[in-house]
Amino acid sequence: MSQETTTSEAPPPAVELSGVHKTFALRRGSVVALEGIDLMIGRGEFVSLIGPSGCGKSTLLRVIGDLLPPTGGEVLVNGKSARRARLDQDYGFAFQQAGLLDWRTVQANVELPLELHGVDRGKRQRRADELLQLVGLSDFAKQRPPQLSGGMQQRVAIARALAESPALLLMDEPFGALDEMTREHMQTELVRIAGETGAAVVFVTHSIPEAVFLSNRVVVMSPRPGRITEIVPVDLGERTDDTREAPQFYAAITQVREALRGRAVDATDDVVAGIERAQGAL
Amino acid sequence: MKVGRVAAVLIPPILFGVLFIAGWQLLVRGADISQFVLPAPSDIWSSAIDQHSGIFADARYTGLNALVGLALGTVVGVLLAAVAARLPIFGGIVTPLVAGLAAIPIVALAPLLTDMYSVTSSLPRRLVVAVAAFVPVFINTLRGLSRLSPVHRELMQSYAASGTAVLRTIRIPGAMPHFFTGLRIASSLAVITAVVSEYFGGESVGLGSRITDSVGQSDYPAAWATVLGAVVLGLIFYVIALLLERAVLGRRATAAL
Repeated sequence: MSQETTTSEAPPPAVELSGVHKTFALRRGSVVALEGIDLMIGRGEFVSLIGPSGCGKSTLLRVIGDLLPPTGGEVLVNGKSARRARLDQDYGFAFQQAGLLDWRTVQANVELPLELHGVDRGKRQRRADELLQLVGLSDFAKQRPPQLSGGMQQRVAIARALAESPALLLMDEPFGALDEMTREHMQTELVRIAGETGAAVVFVTHSIPEAVFLSNRVVVMSPRPGRITEIVPVDLGERTDDTREAPQFYAAITQVREALRGRAVDATDDVVAGIERAQGAL
Repeated sequence: MKVGRVAAVLIPPILFGVLFIAGWQLLVRGADISQFVLPAPSDIWSSAIDQHSGIFADARYTGLNALVGLALGTVVGVLLAAVAARLPIFGGIVTPLVAGLAAIPIVALAPLLTDMYSVTSSLPRRLVVAVAAFVPVFINTLRGLSRLSPVHRELMQSYAASGTAVLRTIRIPGAMPHFFTGLRIASSLAVITAVVSEYFGGESVGLGSRITDSVGQSDYPAAWATVLGAVVLGLIFYVIALLLERAVLGRRATAAL
């Protein structure tokens, strides 16, 4: 996937990765977490990264977001360097844990990025109102996060990630800790929100049905070293609750599952998973 | 409903207190225990009524020492914790020193400081209190300030937030419950220290001096009545710290009475 065809007229793609490489130094030797990653994600496109533990999908997401520096290759976000894009707030990030500030109201949590970037009070409030309406939590603006359910907390975190109207949303298993019913509801909501905001989404997940339901393309990755093995295009048209029972849905699930099975998984894959966790804990 | 809950909380300790004092009274009178071993609650109480103006004046003196020392120790504790959180090297140097400071018993420090200053000065007593109060405030505040969850760290990184912004929006508000825990411990400790610091020379005022004087005159009910005054003073400090915590943290305050 190369992109020499980009003209100066057309807006740049949301994400362009070429030859991205990431090595983690260990006490003895090193581990290759990502190798030769080439990927282009268009504006407004929904792409999931899926693969077994240790395949480097969370690392890749952090490289795109400039939370981890790559050891090689080029990362462009909105046509800029990943660092520039981070400084310009071109993307919003949602993590597996909602990571809300318990002492702030829901509204103040959504306003946090705007507050940090010096947006005045009136504008912040209006934006928070819009966003809470978008995620269906207008009635909870004055509550504090501990009073909310896990799904509601994640919706606040998504609203917060959308505060700066980013062209790109980076999501690291945001529904991983939710129960199945809540999870499906959140997926439907996310498809709607992504459609309404026009943001491109890079979504890391362990769940095949989740990846298929949400995405335009599912990027299948394999561990040791982490690389892209297959990209499965998904065309399900407009997503509704019936989509989950459509034959195309199951066909796509089977396709992704076979792509994943193409690689045997063994216990040493957990080395990279452990490093990813350790990096997160620094 | 609410009244019922308050009653459920209050009745058991009150009942226990009443039974305890009644048992004490019966034991002393029944077994004919002499006053220098253990005076009866009734004797202590009448002594307290008798000398209430003197005890009250001494409690004000000791209370002021405790308050000034507590304020000084708290301010220094918070400032040093903030510097230690910002500069890990400084934290690495200071934290073991504080651990050493915490290991110094008040009884070792008080006579030394008392001899450094003139006899009539309250300063050495206040300094001893400040040292005692400083330790829990510093340790707890530093722990609170140093705590930054991975998700918050990455979130703030994604916002390209400065270290100062992280301090203001996450570390300081996140450290508040820890700070108040330290303050609550320090508030009780301040009163204890203020009383004990008066056992080692210096001007003959304050609850500690009154206790040693009463014992010296073999007036044991008076000594016990003064201890009662010290208990009340300590409780006042603790409750004020607790109310301050509730007022600032609101529902976040988790500490029980």
